[in-house]
Amino acid sequence: MVTQAPDQSAAVGRGRGAAQRKGTSPRAGSGHAHARGAQWKKVYPLWFYIVPGVIYLAIFIVPTFASFFFSLTRWTLSSWEFIGFDNFVSFFQEPSLSRGLVNTIIYAFLTSGAKVVIGLLLAVLLTTNLVGKTFLRSVVFFPVLVSTVGVGITFKALMNPEDGLINQVLGWFGVSGPGWLTSPDLALFSIIIVDIWKGLGIATLIYIAGIVSIPAEYYEAAKVDGAGAWSRFRHLILPLSRPATATVIILSLIGGLRSFELIWSMTGGGPGYTSDVLASVIYKQYQAGFFGLSTAGNVVLFVLVAVIAIPLNYFLTRRQVEI
Amino acid sequence: MRTGARYALSGLTVAVFAIVFVVPFVFIALNALKNRTEAADLAFSWPTQIQFVQNLIDVIQARDFMVIIAFINSAVLTVASVTLLVILSAMVAFVLQRRPSRLNPLINFAVLAGLMIPPAVVPTIWVLQSVGLFQTMPGLILVEIAFGMSFSIMLFRAFVGTVPRELDEAAITDGAGPLRLFFQIIFPLLKPVIVTVVVVQSVMIFNDFTNPLYFTPSVPTVQLTLYNFQSQFVSEYNLLFMNILLITIPPLLVFLFFNRQLVAGMTSGAVKG
Repeated sequence: MVTQAPDQSAAVGRGRGAAQRKGTSPRAGSGHAHARGAQWKKVYPLWFYIVPGVIYLAIFIVPTFASFFFSLTRWTLSSWEFIGFDNFVSFFQEPSLSRGLVNTIIYAFLTSGAKVVIGLLLAVLLTTNLVGKTFLRSVVFFPVLVSTVGVGITFKALMNPEDGLINQVLGWFGVSGPGWLTSPDLALFSIIIVDIWKGLGIATLIYIAGIVSIPAEYYEAAKVDGAGAWSRFRHLILPLSRPATATVIILSLIGGLRSFELIWSMTGGGPGYTSDVLASVIYKQYQAGFFGLSTAGNVVLFVLVAVIAIPLNYFLTRRQVEI
Repeated sequence: MRTGARYALSGLTVAVFAIVFVVPFVFIALNALKNRTEAADLAFSWPTQIQFVQNLIDVIQARDFMVIIAFINSAVLTVASVTLLVILSAMVAFVLQRRPSRLNPLINFAVLAGLMIPPAVVPTIWVLQSVGLFQTMPGLILVEIAFGMSFSIMLFRAFVGTVPRELDEAAITDGAGPLRLFFQIIFPLLKPVIVTVVVVQSVMIFNDFTNPLYFTPSVPTVQLTLYNFQSQFVSEYNLLFMNILLITIPPLLVFLFFNRQLVAGMTSGAVKG
């Protein structure tokens, strides 16, 4: 989704002639002339952009640029004092702040990786002729619909060290379960597991859409060649669901980098600050009235996304066009 | 697959799914039925005495009918944001896809940036405050539109590409202006993606916790009631889970109603895998 649009618009944008020569347009053969010149410009008016443009500019672009400035200030919303890079210095020197950066990276990569692997496997499973697969598809998607805070509260109860269902079940097998959310070493990973549980439905749905759109002839050809289930997966499904993989990686990585609600409702960043991520640090500093420091956290998050997600998106998009 | 293996695999899958995905929801439902003392045990057990109606009344009456007010706020927020989001995004996607112009690279970049870059929250509050919209519903609606627009434009633009240009040409020949062409010819044809965008965005905005928390903490939406509940009734898990149950109903209904079209919309070119 992130990836296919640009080449399509390029084909259409340069008009039929170019598309025909490149042979990329599905309508290339129909060949009759465009409505030309000034007339068709009038029916695709640029003023369609004005209202959304103003909203986007005011609520998204201006604050983004303003954040670079305000991150260098001590700020009360009504007045500011320029202090240079002090906010960033304290951000990287205080463990309670910089731990959030490390946790954010761990969080984003683990959730994204797990969603790719498990999502693909579930999608393959749910596109075979299982009994009750429509029901199973709905079940795996269901957590997507529930509010993240609701999920967080529920799993906080399920992961309760003494009364929680998870440790009770473990107790039946003679295992004394850990304090999932109360142990400093474990809290972040417990939240990561819940995030995967909640977001898996979207990844699976995207993969199902990808697998279903593989033409049936390919499967028939593979069958004729005597390909088994494994080689169908390895040589057909895996390469052809690459666009789906790109979408899942990008969506879940960006979602993971910004994740806030689940962490806030499960541990509030605790115990101590061991499960804090950038988004929760930003909120805590905002709450404490350190607006400049909070905005500096936003800039760090911005840089993190710029360094990780944007090159990755570019790379995944390019690979896809080659195929 | 052979029949025996097929049933074995199906049985195993259903069992695993039941444990992993169904048990947490049964847990919510069971505890929403319990009385306060039983719910405090957090046990996965049948309530000795079902207290559905009483819990429902308690949740609704808590804090001067806050849940009702929150439901109204969330409904207004979701309907207004999604309506505007659909119309505005479709308009942008239509012109962007149809008309090559020097603006296109800039708009494409802005759309991509909106998908990736985390919004700068405090500066956004600063902007809203300076135009008098901080802590107001219109302000929050604008925020949801601005943050949801990139994703919607992406979905719409891919689909506009599948609408034949011959239709535009026929409409122009018949003397249609831009508004008639867009709203009468193109917009109705976008229905599969409109459904996808409406479902995805309405569930997302209804379930949104972060933006109301930052931009309208004093105007409760349903997600914020959950947050307040938790601090107010520290041990009243029965009410907490009843509240979760209540606020899950609208997204669930939307999904049950549009399930089929949602998957169709995604496969028909929106999130084309």
